[in-house]
Amino acid sequence: MSTLNLLNPSKDNLQSNLYLGSFLVGISILDVFLNSFLKLNITSFLPSIISIVLPFLLGMFGFHLMRIEFSGIKNLDRLNKNINTNNFNAALTLLIIFLIIKAIPPVMSWMILDANISGDSKDACTGSGACWTYIKVWFKRFMYGMYPNEHIWRVNLAFIFLVVLAFVGFVTPQKYRNLLTLYYVVIYPIIAFILIYYLISGGEFGLEWVETGAWGGLSLTFIVSFFSLIFCFPLGMALALGRRTELPIVKYVSVGFIEFWRGVPLITVLFMSSVMFPMFLPEDFFMDKLVRVIIAISLFEAAYVAEVIRGGLQALPRGQYDAAKSLGMGYWKMHIFVILPQALKLVIPGMANTFLALVKDTPLIFVVGLAELAGMLQMAKTNPKWLGYAMEGYVFAAIIFWIICYAMSKYSYNLELKYKTDR
Amino acid sequence: MKLKKILPQAITLLVVILIFGFFTMNAQLNMENRGIDFGYGFLSQESSFDVQFSLIEYSGSDSYARAYLVGLLNTLLVSILGIILCTLLGVIVGIARLSPNYLIRTTAAWYVEFFRNIPLLLQIFFWYYAALRALPLPQDAEAIFGASYLTIKGFYTPSLIWENLDIFIYSVIAAIIAIIFVRIQAKKLRENVGKHLPVLNISIAILFVLPLLSFLFGGVNVGYETPELKQLAKTSFKFEGGLSIPPELLSLVIALSLYTATFVAECVRAGIQGVGKGQREAASSIGLNRKQVLNLIIMPQALRIIIPPTTNQYLNLTKNSSLAAAIAYPDLVLVFAGTALMQTGKAIEIVSITMLTYLTLSLSISFFMNWYNAKIAIVEK
Repeated sequence: MSTLNLLNPSKDNLQSNLYLGSFLVGISILDVFLNSFLKLNITSFLPSIISIVLPFLLGMFGFHLMRIEFSGIKNLDRLNKNINTNNFNAALTLLIIFLIIKAIPPVMSWMILDANISGDSKDACTGSGACWTYIKVWFKRFMYGMYPNEHIWRVNLAFIFLVVLAFVGFVTPQKYRNLLTLYYVVIYPIIAFILIYYLISGGEFGLEWVETGAWGGLSLTFIVSFFSLIFCFPLGMALALGRRTELPIVKYVSVGFIEFWRGVPLITVLFMSSVMFPMFLPEDFFMDKLVRVIIAISLFEAAYVAEVIRGGLQALPRGQYDAAKSLGMGYWKMHIFVILPQALKLVIPGMANTFLALVKDTPLIFVVGLAELAGMLQMAKTNPKWLGYAMEGYVFAAIIFWIICYAMSKYSYNLELKYKTDR
Repeated sequence: MKLKKILPQAITLLVVILIFGFFTMNAQLNMENRGIDFGYGFLSQESSFDVQFSLIEYSGSDSYARAYLVGLLNTLLVSILGIILCTLLGVIVGIARLSPNYLIRTTAAWYVEFFRNIPLLLQIFFWYYAALRALPLPQDAEAIFGASYLTIKGFYTPSLIWENLDIFIYSVIAAIIAIIFVRIQAKKLRENVGKHLPVLNISIAILFVLPLLSFLFGGVNVGYETPELKQLAKTSFKFEGGLSIPPELLSLVIALSLYTATFVAECVRAGIQGVGKGQREAASSIGLNRKQVLNLIIMPQALRIIIPPTTNQYLNLTKNSSLAAAIAYPDLVLVFAGTALMQTGKAIEIVSITMLTYLTLSLSISFFMNWYNAKIAIVEK
């Protein structure tokens, strides 16, 4: 009892082990912290290799001393259970803590402390950190592409309308709730198309016409993913039902369609839409590149949507079909009122993943010359006045896309919880 | 009743035929007007363009067919490297997400959330145009492990020079066959006599001994060649010799494996979580030890859940490798659907060949997977 048994920490010498252990861990973290934040090396009197591994060894020994099972101290037990179950875990814990401490100063100084945001030319960027001036100057281009500056309000207005109209579902009185599906599936897309056609594209009502080649930036990402999303959903649903019917021709046409699009990469589909598809159209028939690309992406994603919905259809027990049939429902009645509502509820996570993939795939339209956000970055990066700021551009775009995608996945998770019914 | 079955099918057939007929007619008309003739004869013509990076001998005087092969091999190279790396990383992260250690669990979760939610194209651009551009020039590069160099022009590392490589490969193949034979015999022995053979140890021994014999008696020899810094002009340096990996390949493989690993990790996690707790408890209660529980009960069931979605991810990775075209890595899309198409103008032929190639790749893998799934599926009574 009197001798401090360091190798086998137990409850008997709880206090001394605990104090010594937490002191050692504290010292090891402090050493790394000073080293990283203040460039101070308090162990510099030691040979370099020992100086580097010393904090790790100290921390390991400290954690070893603190690993006392059933100590009766609530916080210590929780700590041991969560980050200090055995030597291996303690080592990983230490490494992660060190890594975070080491990574914070350079990232902070690059992103904030040494960064510049003032001014409007390259000369303003004198610090060694990021040059956010670049993002500030190019911001309009990143958002709207080559859309003329004096007409940007039209894009903004269209998007504000679309967002407001999208929220109709939340304020509809209970009485009209059953019309919402019709609204979202039919009316809303039509309104959206009209808005984009007349407001963004223009050409009528005294608005100047802006060709689709000038559209770009994040707004183009939204337009392309929005329309592809709207088109691919009904098509995918039809394909899923087609694949599940007993009519051989319908079934094999659907299977062939789905397997074809799922088997090829999107980039070749885009190439097809831009170089091969015009060959298949009558000579005097012109179809805008943007429209071709949206059709291509919709067809491509519809195949994935179809597979997701098929998964939901297959997951429903046979009894649902049998019960619906025994009530005298026909094929369409059965699917619309019994099967699809349940199946679609089941596939919310899968659908969300597919739509996320769609949004993440839209930057690919860059390969056929449509400059959405990633494309604009490539353009800005090679501008002779702004050479050498590729990193800032990519970090900016990555943050934007990350926020959009993360929000979508969280939203779908909430939807999943909301519609979850016990079965 | 009959009409109800025939009518939808007839309409579908009609629509399909109409669309195809309309497209074919237009294509013929268009090609006639522009004076292009349809045909695959161009494949044997001289390609007269160069490819930066190729696994086989290739020059401008070779045919388009060979250029196609160069592109295909480059695509396969990226895919295989990416699949290996993303599996390693994905399995580690997937297991880490189930770790009892809070910090490890959270770090793994953040890794997945971070890399999964950024478009792959942006990630490839980031690695190629921003991260790898920050590397030192060849003359400033410091050696890693004494002989490898990571520079802005790519990664240079010593290459192995084999003598009688074929004999070595035969010895490895012989070792694999021997291991399969031993396994079958061990299984027979276990089922008939009830005797356990240390199969793993025997396998490892065979895998080492047979290739060793090939070194001792087969005349196999390994030398190596280190990359040397050469001065081309006053300020221009270059590494020569050894194995060089161009930055395009490097950034593509890094981006693809970091991105796909997040999906593989989720598959692994779902698979391990998908095995019920009762299975583990039941296995322990009939007296299996920890290792046996893991090897005989948990892993076979977890793998059954993990493998199908993971193969899907491998397929996605292979298809995503076509993004190489955006950073000028000469893969199938860039070499064939890019350069060759530009030179010959044969849009329909080239795009269709490219699509068919990918289609064949993915369909063959998914047929294999369906067969495998059917084989390992639990037979319920």
